[in-house]
Amino acid sequence: MTAENGVITTTDDEVDNSRRKFLTTATVATGAVGAAFALVPFIASWKPSERARALGAPVEVDLSKLDMGQMMTVIWRKQQIYIVHRTPEMLASLSSHDGRLKDPTSSESEQPDYAKNAQRALKPEYLVLIGICTHLGCLPKPRFAPGTPPELGADWPGGFFCPCHGSRFDLAGRVFDGSPASLNLRIPPYSFEGDTKLTLGVDTEKKGAA
Amino acid sequence: MATPATSYPKGFRGWLYKRLPVQEFVDDQLTGYYAPKNFNFWYYFGVLSLVVLVIQLLTGIFLTMFYKVGDATSFDSVEFIMREVSWGWLIRYMHSTGASFFFIVVYLHMFRAMLYGSYKAPRELLWLIGMAVYLALMAEAFMGYVLPWGNMSFWGAQVIVNLFGTIPGIGPGLVEWIRGDYGIADSTLNRFFSLHVVAIPLALILLVVLHLVALRRVGSNNPDGIEIKEKLGANGKPLDGIPFHPYYTVKDLVGVGLMLILFAIVVFFVPAFGGLFLETPNFEPNNPLSTPEHIAPTWYFTPYYAILRAVPDQRLGALLMFSSVLIWFFLPWLDRSPVKSMRYKGWMSRTALTVFVISFIALMYLGLLPAEGTYVILARIFTPLYFLFFLLMPIYTKAESVKAVPERLTYDAHA
Repeated sequence: MTAENGVITTTDDEVDNSRRKFLTTATVATGAVGAAFALVPFIASWKPSERARALGAPVEVDLSKLDMGQMMTVIWRKQQIYIVHRTPEMLASLSSHDGRLKDPTSSESEQPDYAKNAQRALKPEYLVLIGICTHLGCLPKPRFAPGTPPELGADWPGGFFCPCHGSRFDLAGRVFDGSPASLNLRIPPYSFEGDTKLTLGVDTEKKGAA
Repeated sequence: MATPATSYPKGFRGWLYKRLPVQEFVDDQLTGYYAPKNFNFWYYFGVLSLVVLVIQLLTGIFLTMFYKVGDATSFDSVEFIMREVSWGWLIRYMHSTGASFFFIVVYLHMFRAMLYGSYKAPRELLWLIGMAVYLALMAEAFMGYVLPWGNMSFWGAQVIVNLFGTIPGIGPGLVEWIRGDYGIADSTLNRFFSLHVVAIPLALILLVVLHLVALRRVGSNNPDGIEIKEKLGANGKPLDGIPFHPYYTVKDLVGVGLMLILFAIVVFFVPAFGGLFLETPNFEPNNPLSTPEHIAPTWYFTPYYAILRAVPDQRLGALLMFSSVLIWFFLPWLDRSPVKSMRYKGWMSRTALTVFVISFIALMYLGLLPAEGTYVILARIFTPLYFLFFLLMPIYTKAESVKAVPERLTYDAHA
C-alpha cells in the first residue's frame, strides 16, 4: 500500500485473500445463525396456543350413571374419548381371540404403563380409549353384540368397527388381523378418584416411590 | 439477451419504452421467440394451466372478500356467498371448478412431457420446477378444500394431517404442530386459510415465472423431440421454428376458447360433477362426532390415496404414497433412451407408458371407491405397475431398439 498525494493505492499482491475469505465466511455464518434464530418465533407460533393448552386441561367425568354394557363419549383435547363399562362376560371374552390380533399384548401400541395389561385398563370394568382409528383418524363405531352384524362374521366377539376403511378392534381396543390399522386404539392418561370419578389427562401416580 | 433499442417511437410510447424494456421484451419473448413449427393438440395444456391460474387468482380474491374464516363462521359464510352475495354462487363455482380444471390440464400437460420426452436433457430443471408447481398445487388444493369447513373438509384434514404422524419419531409432535391444537380445530383452519390465500399463491406465481424463464432458456421441445436450435437459418433463427407471436398466440386462443366452453358447461350445469368436484358430505357442517361413511379425497388425489390404502401396513402405506408422488422428480434420470419422443422409442417404452396411464387412471378410480374386497386386490395389482414404470425405466429404455430420428422436423402443414 502506498500513499501519494493523499491517494491510497493497493496492488493486487498486497491483498490478503485468505483474510478476506475468512472475514466473508465469518460474516455469512454469523448472518445465517441470526436468520436461524429469527425463524424460531415463527415456527413456534404454530404450536398449540396458551388458550388451546388451557382448554386441553384435564376433564372430570362422573361414571356413576354409566350402566354395565353402556358406552359414553366425552371430548378431551378435541379428541373423542370412549368410556365403556364392561360386563364380566365382555371381560371374559377378551382372552378368547389372542391368535387373531395384530398386537395382543399391546407391546407396539400407545398406552400408559398402568393400562398395558390384559384388559388394557386401570380398573378392568372401565375401558377408556381415544376413539380415533389408528389407521387414518375416523371414528370406529361400537358393535358390542357378539356375532352381529353378520358381515363382521359369526365369530365376532364384540368390539369396534371403523366404517371408513374397515378396521376392527376388540373390547379392549386391540386391532384384529386383516385390518388396515396396525396398532391398537390409543389409551389416554387417566386416573380415578374413588370408584366412579374419572379424570382424563392426569396420570395415575405410579405405586411406590420411584 | 435484450439489447437496448437504438431508436424509439415518438410520443408517449417512446417516453415509456426508454424507461421500460417493453419493446425488448416483445422482440425477445414474443415475436423473436421461435418455437418449433410442429406443435400439436398436446401443446395447449401449458397455456391452459396459466389461464386457469388466472381464473383461480381472480375468483379467489373475490371469494376472500366474503368468506369469514373461523370455526363458527366459515361454513355459514360459504352458504352466504352461495345464497346472498350477488353472483356469489357463480364466483364460487368458478373457483371450485377451476380447482379440478387445474389438475385436468396439468395432468395432460405432464402426459405430454412423458409422451415426447420433454423432461430429458437439457430440460431437466424445467421438469423439476414443473414438479414443484405440481406439489404447490396439491398443497393449495388440499388447504382450499378445508376452508368451507364442511364435514368432508374436517375429516379430510384429519386423515391427511394424520399421515404426517406416521413419520417415525417426530410424527406425533409434527401433527400437533401442524394443527396447532390437539385435534383439527379453529387454529388449523386459520393457518390453512393464510397459506391458501397468501403463501402458496405467491410461491405458485414465482414457480410459474421460473418455469417460463427456464423454458425460454432451453426452448420448447416438440413432438419429434428434435432440438430445433441445432439447425439455424441465415437470420440466426431456427429453420424449423416460427415466431411465438402471432403464430402460437393465435393457436392458443382457440384452445383457450374451447376450454372456456367446457368450463362454462361445468360451472352452469354440473358444478358438483356428480360428487367428484364438490363432495356431497361437504354440504353438511363439520361434525367432530360423526365421520362420513366413506372418506375419499377429491379425484385428483385419489391415485395416491389408492396406493396408501392398498398397503396393509400404515407406515409403509404412507411411505409408498409419498414415494409415488416424489418418484416423478427422478424421471429425467430414469430415462436412458437416446431419443426423446415416443415416435422414435421402441415398443417397450410405448407399452410401459400405456400400462402406466392405465394404472394411474385405475388407481384414480379405485381411490374413489371404498377399500373393500376386489377393489383392494385391484389396487394391489396397479400399485406395483405404477412403480415398475419408473423403476424399470433405466432398463427398458436402454434395452429397446429405437428408430432413427430425422434431421429436421416432420411436418405437413395441411395434412
